[in-house]
Amino acid sequence: MTIGLEHYLIVSAILFTIGVFGIFMNRRNIIIILMSIELILLAVNINFVAFSTHLHNVQGQVMAMFVLTVAAAEAAVGLAILVTFFRNRGDIEVDDASMMKG
Amino acid sequence: MDLTSALHLALPELILAVSVLGILVYGALRGDKAAGSVAALCGAALIAAAFAAAFNGHGKVFNGSFIADGVANFAKTFIYIASALVVVLARGYFERQNNNRFEFPILVTLSAIGMSMMVSAGDLIALYIGLELNSLAAYVMAAFRRDDAKGSEAGLKYFVLGSLSSGLLLYGISLVYGFAGSMNFDAIAASAQANMQVGLIFGLVFVIAGLAFKVSAAPFHMWTPDVYEGAPTPVVALFAGAPKFAALVLLARVLNDAFAGLHDQWAQVLLAIATLSFLIGGLGGLMQKDFKRLLAYSSIANMGYAMLALAAGTDKGVMALLLFSVLYMVDTLGLFSAQIALSRKGIAVSKIDDLSGLSKVDMKLTIAITVLALSVLGMPPFSGFWGKFFVFGAALEAGYWGFAVAGLVASVIAAFYYLRIIKVMWFDGDKGELDKAPFEAKWIAYAAAAFAFPIAAFALSGLYPLAETAVKSFGLN
Repeated sequence: MTIGLEHYLIVSAILFTIGVFGIFMNRRNIIIILMSIELILLAVNINFVAFSTHLHNVQGQVMAMFVLTVAAAEAAVGLAILVTFFRNRGDIEVDDASMMKG
Repeated sequence: MDLTSALHLALPELILAVSVLGILVYGALRGDKAAGSVAALCGAALIAAAFAAAFNGHGKVFNGSFIADGVANFAKTFIYIASALVVVLARGYFERQNNNRFEFPILVTLSAIGMSMMVSAGDLIALYIGLELNSLAAYVMAAFRRDDAKGSEAGLKYFVLGSLSSGLLLYGISLVYGFAGSMNFDAIAASAQANMQVGLIFGLVFVIAGLAFKVSAAPFHMWTPDVYEGAPTPVVALFAGAPKFAALVLLARVLNDAFAGLHDQWAQVLLAIATLSFLIGGLGGLMQKDFKRLLAYSSIANMGYAMLALAAGTDKGVMALLLFSVLYMVDTLGLFSAQIALSRKGIAVSKIDDLSGLSKVDMKLTIAITVLALSVLGMPPFSGFWGKFFVFGAALEAGYWGFAVAGLVASVIAAFYYLRIIKVMWFDGDKGELDKAPFEAKWIAYAAAAFAFPIAAFALSGLYPLAETAVKSFGLN
């Protein structure tokens, strides 16, 4: 069996779905949400690189580099915000983030 | 085009990018005692960039990934002015909280660069980088009151939902790229013309969802009320206007440039988003007790009208979008400045009940809030009415009678909560003296109210032809 474009796309779609479910199903820890976001971005990167080799077009790989960079910046900002949240609450449970409702 | 002329077209962004890097180093060396001069420098850079954008030429450079057309220059000018006003507003606000840090004006400037990249994006890479540059600065700004539990919760919620939406957007981008074979908008348009694939529509829906989150249109509005309530008010004044304007222009560009051939498909999606937005915005606002939460629902509803203009997919629709966004930006900036001006015994007045009897305490501010509330509600002859007038004009021309009627009904429902603010301020018993308001906040609120009526009537005679010529060169067709 040869591995074609659709195999990559299916793997990436599965990873993407796991990431999205990780954000919504997880009720315990906000760090898990950050990991799910990372998973979503990496799933998209598989898509970009797979399409790029399939199309013989370099733009997809350039985009993948940009996504990696942005993902790193996003993780830094996210963890910083998480630290301020922890300092104010002493806890990072998802259900705790509910001071404001309505 | 050679490099010099390319750089010339990107002059507004270059001014901002170079000066913000310099200012950041200066601020880092001097620390928070330089907060005042950093704010002044950032404000000056934004104003300089606004002039550069206003007198910028037209062209498509950097292999088509950067477009400077009339619409981009128009949007940039107003985005920079709004950002500069937010820098001014933030001074008094953070001074009162003893939280005057030099990072804030720098973050505003960085997000302004992001917004102007968004309105000038000519391919999907520029779109994504602009959006993220704006978002990353916005996440930090939302959590800027870091000792406040609500503030950090707002930042966290905005961050998590924002990253999820940029993930959706990115997945959409990857599908569009894969099925169209290019990141460039023109190439995508050509490929969509040649052979239409399901994957392309699939990707487009993801892209629309990601951008709808940015403009807080329903059903992607969940973050709006919480972020508006928890984030510092000057930050909300920025969020409510400029980034939404940028995201709307970007959406107009993606839809009308890259996917012009798929109008039938995306118009349905936009009409559904628009209808949901003005219904949720109208109904959700009815129960709110917090002033900023109420304005959040009001902005959800107003983004519905902007989406209605976009759905038309005509030049008239884009023009209505430009005028509506500018008028709406002035109104919200005024309302949030008024909210900054209100405080009692050192605590910000945030509940609508606390506005009670304001007319007996501060007559001028009451008049300003009344005028601005009537304007956002869309009452003639205030500026908000003209914005909605153009939007409904574009929608009717495209034949969306039913949706225009739904929009009118929703704005009648929404009228209830604006009128309640006015009633509380004018006719209820007063709750005591207010603190001395920061000078800038008060005057920005007065100026915005004066713009809503009567200046807007005269300004429109200048803005209308400006928007008209801007749209003529949209996408440089």
